[in-house]
Amino acid sequence: CGLLCLAASSQHGVLRDHPGVPSTADIISTVEFNYSGDLLATGDKGGRVVIFQREQENKSRPHSRGEYNVYSTFQSHEPEFDYLKSLEIEEKINKIRWLPQQNAAHFLLSTNDKTIKLWKISERDKRAEGYNLKDEDGRLRDPFRITALRVPILKPMDLMVEASPRRIFANAHTYHINSISVNSDHETYLSADDLRINLWHLEITDRSFNIVDMKPANMEELAEVITAAEFHPHQCNVLVYSSSKGTVRLCDMRSSALCDRHSKFFEEPEDPSSRSFFSEIISSISDVKFSHSGRYMMTRDYLSVKVWDLNMESRPVETHQVHEYLRSKLCSLYENDCIFDKFECCWNGSDSAIMTGSYNNFFRMFDRNARRDVTLEASRENSKPRASLKPRKVCTGGKRKKDEISVDSLDFNKKILHTAWHPLENIIAVAATNNLYIFQDKVN
Amino acid sequence: MFARGLKRKCADHEEDMGGALAGFRAVPSYSLQRQSLLDMSLVKLQLCHMLVEPNLCRSVLIANTVRQIQEEMTQDGTWRVAAPQSTGRAPLDRLVSTEILCRSMREQDGVHPAPGMGDDHVLGPGSELSTVTSAQTPRDPQNSVWEMDSPRENRGNFQKSLDQIFETLETRNPSSAEELFSDMDSSYYDLDTVLTGVVSRAEPGPCDGLQGLPPVATPASSSSCKSDLGELDHVMEILVET
Repeated sequence: CGLLCLAASSQHGVLRDHPGVPSTADIISTVEFNYSGDLLATGDKGGRVVIFQREQENKSRPHSRGEYNVYSTFQSHEPEFDYLKSLEIEEKINKIRWLPQQNAAHFLLSTNDKTIKLWKISERDKRAEGYNLKDEDGRLRDPFRITALRVPILKPMDLMVEASPRRIFANAHTYHINSISVNSDHETYLSADDLRINLWHLEITDRSFNIVDMKPANMEELAEVITAAEFHPHQCNVLVYSSSKGTVRLCDMRSSALCDRHSKFFEEPEDPSSRSFFSEIISSISDVKFSHSGRYMMTRDYLSVKVWDLNMESRPVETHQVHEYLRSKLCSLYENDCIFDKFECCWNGSDSAIMTGSYNNFFRMFDRNARRDVTLEASRENSKPRASLKPRKVCTGGKRKKDEISVDSLDFNKKILHTAWHPLENIIAVAATNNLYIFQDKVN
Repeated sequence: MFARGLKRKCADHEEDMGGALAGFRAVPSYSLQRQSLLDMSLVKLQLCHMLVEPNLCRSVLIANTVRQIQEEMTQDGTWRVAAPQSTGRAPLDRLVSTEILCRSMREQDGVHPAPGMGDDHVLGPGSELSTVTSAQTPRDPQNSVWEMDSPRENRGNFQKSLDQIFETLETRNPSSAEELFSDMDSSYYDLDTVLTGVVSRAEPGPCDGLQGLPPVATPASSSSCKSDLGELDHVMEILVET
């Protein structure tokens, strides 16, 4: 039954659980599946990364297949202090991106506002015993007591997962990094801040190339910033970046070293009848994602998600309203700063569906083929194991039906900014403040 | 919604009472809403100006909103500021003052919405303000603060305050006076560059080889270092005026 039969996995669907008073350090700031979907990485405001691994099929525990359990936890970034500007640099993880797997170890890039790190996550399930120069405790043996030589033997041990930083890419961003994206060549990646995009080689940490620079000569003229950037999934010379003015520029790195002139410019003409003082703010794009096929891209602005055909710059091919009922509340949302919330969006593996978050712990899924959409809620009460999620509805006016929630009752502190979709199956991860929910299609 | 006649009466009443009855009107006028949006935006800009790490995207969006309001108010001739206070503070101070929101109530007396605008654009609380004109605002030279009755002077000072906000956004205004004066000793910069380089590479990175020297600074960071020194005048000006 497709999208509508999502249920929590048997672990109550809530991982990374923080009952009681949560600290702000536990607020999840990014969620990302790896290329196979077996690993799910989350980053939080405290600079920690927690990786979950999907359980393998196990005949003795048939219901456990598909459960995600903690695989590795490590501190990726620490708070720093910029002495020049007397500013603290937050340790919050803004983005995590996995590298395609090339050997037994897993690699991911994690970034805070200023520094990107390449982490290697490897398993150790054997250890050597029978050293000559030291005994089992690790203490050095007295050389005079060594009378015979032996060859150390590898013996199995409890699985240990180690994370070690392999590269640190620092000091290349004056402004706050909002995006990183691994290139399809698997050798380079981009990092984007508010005004610039840099190209890195994964092996080289002391140098990066600046490929986009939106900083005006005179900062007083600054009117537009970069909000997100991504490499094309197949064409290693193509990247897109979105702006606070609701535009997307596609750049081809073959045409020039500095991609200041875009190859394509995507902007939907404004509807003059709905123009207001908030038009520009709500048109600001908070996320841009290529489809897996590479033919389309999706942009998220404050009220809607738009799907664009890369061959048509004049307007999107689809527009999906996320929470249009907020349009009449824009002034209040401006006052409490919610209008600046940056929601992300994601595609499913076959590009037939898209998902994005909203307020009140609601998230929305749109089936592009069937032209259906559904609102679901990520909350403890709704996540009984193996119980289906009930569709939710927001009442926009007039009589409120039973089970509907009125716009004025929405909790704007419960925002779902980060969601991820398994690359192959109908499994989704939803971050609700400091809780992570995993939902699976019951048909599986 | 009130009938036309009744609304006009309220507006006249408001003039006489100097806005004191503003709270009794159920539906605020478009110009009052616009003014309070402008004031809210300026407060937001100042607040983020004082925060340690201003979010540049948010600041740019708010500043653009302020510019739009300013342009529209210039277009319909309502862009003017009341006469300078007897205390002799420059109009710039009003923009950085925390009593901005109170000011919007006091200044509404005598402000007439442009003909034809009043009733069509009266909206409920929380509704959007409509029809922004996109006229270019000429950048006027800085006129004397004491020049009377010229709307251009206010735009010039207003522009100046927006510019200062962006300049100090770039250079990150230090949050305390001590830090401000510590920046004046240029020998600190050399030491701090090294410290920053060391701090950011504090984690063990076996593949990075020897890390004795900090990495070569990018052109962006070294120019902001120079501009930190250069922008001290602006920073001092703002601190002194507040």
